[in-house]
Amino acid sequence: MKQSTMVWIILTVIAGAYLTTRVVQYHAGAVYVAPKVMTDEESGRSVTTWSQVPDLEKDSPGVEFSFVRTLGIWVSAFFTLAVFSFLVGDNVIYKIAESIFVGASAAYAMVVGFWAAFMGIFVGRLAPQFSRNTFMPSLEPDVSPNWLMLLPLAMGIMFLWRLMPAGGWISRWPLAFFIAVFAGLRLVSHFEADFVVQIRSTLLPLIVFAADGSFNLKASLWNSTMVFGTLACLTYFFFSVEHTGVAGHISRVGIYLLMITFGVGFALTVMSRYSLLIGRMNFLLKEWLHFGGTV
Amino acid sequence: MNTIWHKLADLDRRWLFALTFLAIGIPLLTGVVLPQKVSPMVVNVFDAIDTLPEGSSILMPLDFDPSAEGELQPMANAFVRHCAEKKHKIYFMTIWPQGVGMIQRQIALLKKEYPDYQYGKDYVNLGYRPGYEGVIKLITSDLPKLYDSDQQGTPVSQIPMMQGIDNIQQLPLIVNVSSGDPGLKQWVQYAATPYDSIEIVGGTTGVQASTLYPYIPNQMIGMLAGIKPAAEYEKVMFEKYPEIEERPESNLAHIFMTSQEVAHFMLIAIIILGNLVMWKTSGQGGRS
Repeated sequence: MKQSTMVWIILTVIAGAYLTTRVVQYHAGAVYVAPKVMTDEESGRSVTTWSQVPDLEKDSPGVEFSFVRTLGIWVSAFFTLAVFSFLVGDNVIYKIAESIFVGASAAYAMVVGFWAAFMGIFVGRLAPQFSRNTFMPSLEPDVSPNWLMLLPLAMGIMFLWRLMPAGGWISRWPLAFFIAVFAGLRLVSHFEADFVVQIRSTLLPLIVFAADGSFNLKASLWNSTMVFGTLACLTYFFFSVEHTGVAGHISRVGIYLLMITFGVGFALTVMSRYSLLIGRMNFLLKEWLHFGGTV
Repeated sequence: MNTIWHKLADLDRRWLFALTFLAIGIPLLTGVVLPQKVSPMVVNVFDAIDTLPEGSSILMPLDFDPSAEGELQPMANAFVRHCAEKKHKIYFMTIWPQGVGMIQRQIALLKKEYPDYQYGKDYVNLGYRPGYEGVIKLITSDLPKLYDSDQQGTPVSQIPMMQGIDNIQQLPLIVNVSSGDPGLKQWVQYAATPYDSIEIVGGTTGVQASTLYPYIPNQMIGMLAGIKPAAEYEKVMFEKYPEIEERPESNLAHIFMTSQEVAHFMLIAIIILGNLVMWKTSGQGGRS
């Protein structure tokens, strides 16, 4: 047996023994819930909701062990550890977790999209009576069918026509429509938000006076840095003039400023990634292993 | 030559992973919380919500998914608690399919900590609508056209707080929490920039932040970028509403930020050590 295999077997046994201890002594991963009955004053209907309670309250009256939520915690912990196992090396457990994550995410988005878009908006508006009698009972009874919904229906069918053996070109028409709509939307918004308003935001007074007429050094420096920094970065990307002499010096400042920006961006990314790790560690230590009790 | 420097140069990177786990795990286990210094940007975001008259209507799109939960959940919690303390009406919505679950978490928080908050009167879950930025574009001029019912299918005509709401220009503030596209950038592009009446503050991941800073202050009042400003926001909130601090995990961003700071110190130390190792071993058969 390889030495590394032996080390991993020993580590796994120790971790398993420790986990068993946490489960027996501290009910690790167990979720307890308490019922709460809410009555609607107008209709008089009562609805019972179950919310998680701290582990310390598990012996309180009415508090129950929730098998489903406990299972959810354990499944979540397993997949978190399975993904972490990639740090040791690529392995089959990680591959399984990765595939399930991709599949579950896609399926979830598809189901939500189906009920929100297809059933909720399309069927709900095209056939409101049918929708009310089947899956949307709260839909108002006097809603009449919106026949305009036949347009997206036709475009959807045209989209799917590419699966047919002949006439695949038909799918290009709805595709062209969507590309045109989004291109138009984005062109206008980007031009306004990222070009016109950004230029306006850079037109700042370089010498700023306070309300009492005194010179405001801080604001003046801030504005000057903003204006000069923007111009320096733009000079770096202006290739119609050779970057020598004054233009060369200014573009050099521009590249320094860009490097600082990239550094800030990279540092923020590191902070982001650590935050995600901290979130999962917090889940493993507190929600799963019950260090410090549950909330 | 097999000096300590050469051994460090050949150190298995998995030791660094283990060190990272310890740097993050120990502060979480000990519960140590480091103090935070509040920056002016965070105060601006806080004031945007706090200076609104009590009971104002806030649109809160939560455009993120579980993969960004560790970074964005604490700030979403803080925004919701703050709005609830001010008794603002909260309109939850999302343009991400996975955002539905994130909204449900916030509703669970409201039910737990603010049991007097009533669905339909104080908060509503408008849920997910497909269409990416097209959704934003449409609801700036006609909200009921797309949102004729809430997440549960209840017609908006039966929801008291939806009465008289024709578009989001009528809502004094948008508080967006997002982790990608479409998200805060699109809310600025399609809502806050074209309409002077729409004010927006946001919370986003550190990764996204550098692309969004240029929108401040003319197109966006302020933004919380990552877990650090979220912790600062908690601090400002605790100063104004000290009763929140007594609730369990109300200082989640503080807890996360302490781990973050320890991990950053470790990272800086490793970078310095790594450069030292390279300097000591270069030209001596070591790595160059």
